Amino acid sequence: MNPVIKLDDLHKTYHTGEVEVLAVRGVSLEILPGEFVAVMGASGSGKSTLMNIVGCLDRPTSGRYFLDGTDVSELDTDELADIRNKKIGFVFQGFNLLSRTSALENVELPMLYRHDQHSARELREQATRALETVSLADRADHHPNQLSGGQQQRVAIARALVNQPALLLADEPTGNLDSRTSVEIMGVFQQLNEQGITIVMVTHETDIARFTKRNVVMSDGVVLTDTPVGDRLFAGPELERLQKTRGSAPQAAAS
Amino acid sequence: MRITITLKTALRALRRNKMRSVLTALGIIIGVGAVIAMVGIGNGAKAQIEAQIASLGQNVILIFSGSMTRSGVHTGWGGAGTLTVEDAEAIRREISGVSAVSPELRSAAQVAAGNQNWMPQILGEGPDYFDIRQWPLVEGAPFTDLDVRGANKVAIIGKTTAQQLFGDESPIGQVVRIKNVPFTIVALLSSKGLSVMGSDQDDVLIVPYTSAMKRLLGVTTLRSIMVQAADAKQLPVVQQQLTELLRQRHRIQPGRDDDFTVRGQQDIADMATAQSKTMTLLLGAIASVSLIVGGIGIMNIMLVSVTERTREIGIRMAVGAHARDILLQFLTEAITLSSIGGLIGIGLGVGISKALSAIVEWPTLISVTSIVVAFLFSAAVGIFFGFYPARKASKLDPIEALRYE
Ligand SMILES: Nc1ncnc2c1ncn2[C@@H]1O[C@H](COP(=O)(O)OP(=O)(O)OP(=O)(O)O)[C@@H](O)[C@H]1O
Ligand SMILES: [Mg+2]
Repeated sequence: MNPVIKLDDLHKTYHTGEVEVLAVRGVSLEILPGEFVAVMGASGSGKSTLMNIVGCLDRPTSGRYFLDGTDVSELDTDELADIRNKKIGFVFQGFNLLSRTSALENVELPMLYRHDQHSARELREQATRALETVSLADRADHHPNQLSGGQQQRVAIARALVNQPALLLADEPTGNLDSRTSVEIMGVFQQLNEQGITIVMVTHETDIARFTKRNVVMSDGVVLTDTPVGDRLFAGPELERLQKTRGSAPQAAAS
Repeated sequence: MRITITLKTALRALRRNKMRSVLTALGIIIGVGAVIAMVGIGNGAKAQIEAQIASLGQNVILIFSGSMTRSGVHTGWGGAGTLTVEDAEAIRREISGVSAVSPELRSAAQVAAGNQNWMPQILGEGPDYFDIRQWPLVEGAPFTDLDVRGANKVAIIGKTTAQQLFGDESPIGQVVRIKNVPFTIVALLSSKGLSVMGSDQDDVLIVPYTSAMKRLLGVTTLRSIMVQAADAKQLPVVQQQLTELLRQRHRIQPGRDDDFTVRGQQDIADMATAQSKTMTLLLGAIASVSLIVGGIGIMNIMLVSVTERTREIGIRMAVGAHARDILLQFLTEAITLSSIGGLIGIGLGVGISKALSAIVEWPTLISVTSIVVAFLFSAAVGIFFGFYPARKASKLDPIEALRYE
């Protein structure tokens, strides 16, 4: 099987005034279709930098990046934008939803920049379907400030999925969420992964990383360890367990 | 991205900051409003002047006593006249392209009829005058060459004067005393309305020029001579010949100034339009300054908007917007803003001209062209001043835009 992502001695150096920051210093990595990878590491180890390059939002200083066999480092800005639009769904750490815009319209956003034109009805149908995958269809008309953190993250995931990309990237998707909501989000990811979507996700929580299939640990801009997950957790049983241990604690309405 | 969606996005962004959008569009509104009102008033004035020029008669040339320098300052006008009745006769006799000639005198004098007093314009004219000016009589018959030769005390009365002196009674056969000289009214003129200069042309009493010279003014020279050419094409030739004939008759040495002034109908029209042109120019300048200021306002607000919405731009780029999509989005917003401003401005301008016509009884003519041009111009202002901010937005780097706080 050909790798979806193939990184070859990737470097990223930031120049801020006098100082040079070597954020990524030679990362080589292959990720195959259907994988579910957690990228871990201490703060400042270069996880976000790496994810932004993989997400075609940023360019490496040196090294090569093949996405589905194409050398992405040689593409121009418009071609990169098309790749972000079609091939990659990106879930940001801070949700990055358009405020004062309904959940549905937020999800429609990537479809507006597709090259094949759709009628307003088709847009709405597809966006609603994407919201259904994250069980949020009933909140379609709500604005981000009327949604909980977990719900906003689901909208962000629905937006990343709406153009049916083969690759889903998420930078700390559970960073701002409580543990129960985090597990629910992992449930969504596991379900998507079951359907064949390749997922790469940044997290600094080891518990969360156990929901994936493979853990890559970074340190100081290089890959420290790269191991398959042995004792994998599954969201369904985990949620049940959480329910029980909470016991009499007041029940939050399901997300 | 589809244009309908781009438009919808632009409208929504503008609605989000209603007050700001309105204030920003105000410059354009005022600018376009001024342009529309200005063109409306200018066109109305022009149409009116044209109608008045036409009412002067066709192919008319006026010769005035005294010279007038190019700058329009005249010397000796109405003073000791230089034109004589013989000049007028020579013109009629010797210039073939001339079809009618009327020697003219003009004065304002107290006129009494019964116990009514009035101060109309007194014109001394030849019998051709009514033909030249295409001024039909309502009642009675014009005076004749015989009346001219005899300096008879007959007068033709204008509508306004008749109204003032006799009310609704017929003036024909009535006697009026001009400077205490009794004249018999022989005819009533039809109404002609306002002149180019805005005076009431119907407030007149017209007598044979000989009667005016001998009985009323006691002069031997004319104020002016009204000449009609047979054919519009011959006007320049006739004008040239007139000048030569009069210079010769007045024995003016080559190189010296004329002691008379020849004015074609076009010259009179030009004189009359010069004033309204100045006004149009002034209003035009105000309008363009206002449009430019309005445009700068749009540019300013769009720059603020781009900065405020840096994150939004980052998000759009991150999900696949090309630089061109972002450029179009912000450009559409600027154009929408200026076009809506333009539309409101057009409404305002039409309103102003309508109100003005009602108040000062000045006719206004709103042309479709001026509305279309004003609208296109306001859209162009949006494109011109919106381009720089839109381009700035489109040049943003997605990662940096997303990181912007
Ligand atoms: N735009 C930038 N300009 C300069 N330096 C940067 C920039 N972005 C990141 N860095 C530096 O690069 C290094 C790696 O940053 P990065 O954001 O990739 O870390 P991270 O692993 O995602 O950390 P965290 O877990 O805190 O999110 C850090 O030292 C950071 O200061
Ligand atoms: Mg990070």
